[in-house]
Amino acid sequence: MAEIRLKNLAHSYNPAHQTEQDYALKPLDLTWEDGKTYALLGPSGCGKTTMLNIISGLVKPSEGQLLFDGQDVTSAPTSKRNIAQVFQFPVIYNTMSVAQNLAFPLVCRKYSDKDIKFQVDKVADLLDLTEYLPMAAKKLTADQKQLISLGRGLVREDVNAILLDEPLTVIDPQMKFELRRKLREINKRSGITMVLVTHDQNEAMTFADEVVVMQDGRVMQSGTPEILFEQPQNTFVGYFIGSPPMNFLPLKNDNGILTCDHTGFSQKMDKLPSKDQYSLGIRPEYLKITEQQNASFGIAKIIQIDDIGIDGIITLSFEDGPHIKLKTRDHKSLHLNGIVGLSMPPNKSLIYQNNNLISSNI
Amino acid sequence: MLSLKNISIEHPKTPLFNISYNFEAGKFYCILGRTGAGKTEILRALMGLEQLSNGEITLDDENISNRVIWKRNMALVYQQFINYPHLNVLDNVIFPLLRQKIKKSVARQKAISMLELVGLSELADRKPSQLSGGQQQRVALARALVKDARILMMDEPLVNLDYKLREQLREEFPKLIHQSPDSVILYTTTEPKEAMQLADELLIIDNGQIAGHGKPHDLFENPPNLAVAKVISDPPISFVKGHIENGKLIGSDGTILQQSGLQHIANGEVQVGLRPDALSLGGELTSRVVLTEINGSETIVHLNFSFGQAVMLLDGIHMFEADQKINVSLDTNTIMLFSLDGQNITKESN
Ligand SMILES: Nc1ncnc2c1ncn2[C@@H]1O[C@H](COP(=O)(O)OP(=O)(O)O)[C@@H](O)[C@H]1O
Ligand SMILES: [Mg+2]
Repeated sequence: MAEIRLKNLAHSYNPAHQTEQDYALKPLDLTWEDGKTYALLGPSGCGKTTMLNIISGLVKPSEGQLLFDGQDVTSAPTSKRNIAQVFQFPVIYNTMSVAQNLAFPLVCRKYSDKDIKFQVDKVADLLDLTEYLPMAAKKLTADQKQLISLGRGLVREDVNAILLDEPLTVIDPQMKFELRRKLREINKRSGITMVLVTHDQNEAMTFADEVVVMQDGRVMQSGTPEILFEQPQNTFVGYFIGSPPMNFLPLKNDNGILTCDHTGFSQKMDKLPSKDQYSLGIRPEYLKITEQQNASFGIAKIIQIDDIGIDGIITLSFEDGPHIKLKTRDHKSLHLNGIVGLSMPPNKSLIYQNNNLISSNI
Repeated sequence: MLSLKNISIEHPKTPLFNISYNFEAGKFYCILGRTGAGKTEILRALMGLEQLSNGEITLDDENISNRVIWKRNMALVYQQFINYPHLNVLDNVIFPLLRQKIKKSVARQKAISMLELVGLSELADRKPSQLSGGQQQRVALARALVKDARILMMDEPLVNLDYKLREQLREEFPKLIHQSPDSVILYTTTEPKEAMQLADELLIIDNGQIAGHGKPHDLFENPPNLAVAKVISDPPISFVKGHIENGKLIGSDGTILQQSGLQHIANGEVQVGLRPDALSLGGELTSRVVLTEINGSETIVHLNFSFGQAVMLLDGIHMFEADQKINVSLDTNTIMLFSLDGQNITKESN
């Protein structure tokens, strides 16, 4: 077990790296506490796998250091790091049985037959694979293969960390729900640090104590799910976290007073360079529908109602103005083309200057 | 109208049993079910890729069960976006038209307007490898749409895309597709929210059978059976054992879950479905927290009761320690009751 620190770390796959663009990972500094769950979240190509491979030792960073409990392991070989990794594109040994596939990491490390059987049975039970143990792996479906690959990552419990690279992509939502819970239980019981790579914000948020949001090789923000939801430091995080994404409405700057058309929103602030762009960030969850006479955030027309089960997603349009979405559990009482009032708690309205958060508690 | 009449298929992994359904033109049908339930198998049967052991397929009352695939007037979008790597985007969209023996100039014109529709005009000269995943899947959609096929099938078309892109295409797809009033649209997915959002009509497939069908909202509010209830909600509905005693619902440990109003159900064992939004903080029921998951605006709490485990969905962010004792209440209006053979018996009329 160990604390993992990425210190001024950067990586370029291009040995002749010159410009920023050459870097798959731009310089970053992160510390991961021992025993917690983390998620790396971002669109494909943003550098998530690269970061995992640096931690496990498959990739040597072109700059900076990797520390386990303060010890520099930047150049230590994979075998010395004691890390389990579940790969994004797993290799399942088709000629082997499911049991042999699961046992593979243990056999490589010369565990006793007794220990192997114990660990394999335990992980198979956890993932509901027991009945498949004797089967040839090649007979399995894509989602079962993904479970085996996950099982291989979880089969050792003497590791510093378990790195999981999109292990749940072809698993259906019901199974995902179960697996998320099991992964968290393993983490609680064993105290092993877990890092999950995903492009699915819901998966990241529900799994991790702390989520690292990445874009284009950069860490856009790292924090608890609550912080990322309540205080996205930039418009990218506001967009990427949350479903539907945060609404952004343009703000006008009239000599230090920011106003938002159609909504009546206005806010005086000091030192607002007139050349900068300002926008108002509104979470669909905090926007509420009210009687027209009680509207404190303008009047709008309902142009779409999407019923997604417990919640409804309502799309509204201000007169000749922008669209805005809200999320509610009272969608059954609403009507298409209805004109409604809106309200928004002022302390949940966030102001962005050139896409960066400048005010949160107005 | 596309009709399946008593279709059965003997497949070693995913057989189909006696599927009958009428699909009307101009509607968006979602086929929702777990992995391996038989969703793709239905599409394969429609295409003629699986031998029917029983039943027939008709299109506008004409039996097409024995027609070769290219004469069935169908288009398909797969999970893996399949485009021709050596052709640029425009030629990818022209290609299926040339195969239909449409004149080159006409085909080109059609393809150009289709690319406009899916928002790819500016990328017409690129090769598929120079596109992002979302763009490639839009090319595949354009190729399927341009054929003006009577039957448009999409088999989990978004599953290989980043989540945010999925969200975006989920909004775009219906707008693009609803422009063809003569086509039957079939769309398979494992995601309940996706199915709820997209479908005009929803079919639930379980174990090679149609477990339920209807308007998404009706199926969500009132699932006809356990098989539907198990896939219709995300987070899922929790199930615990209970029994009815003179109009009361009693949990397996003796806790009274509902005081009255169930006189229409015979005394005996039932399965109790608890929607995640049926539970809320404060109340008579004691529970222990197993796990708390925060997804931003909501908190999903896994709870242990003396009568079983259930999941509670709360608005806002709430922090609970594992093993913490909390009291909750149960909204009896949303309780669902199923007989031991899985039929929904909650309502009097049932
Ligand atoms: N072996 C490699 N050689 C060169 N470039 C690579 C290699 N692996 C990844 N890249 C590039 O590095 C960037 C980050 O990739 P990756 O870490 O795989 O992202 P993610 O896992 O977030 O999808 C991408 O632009 C990708 O094309
Ligand atoms: Mg990756």
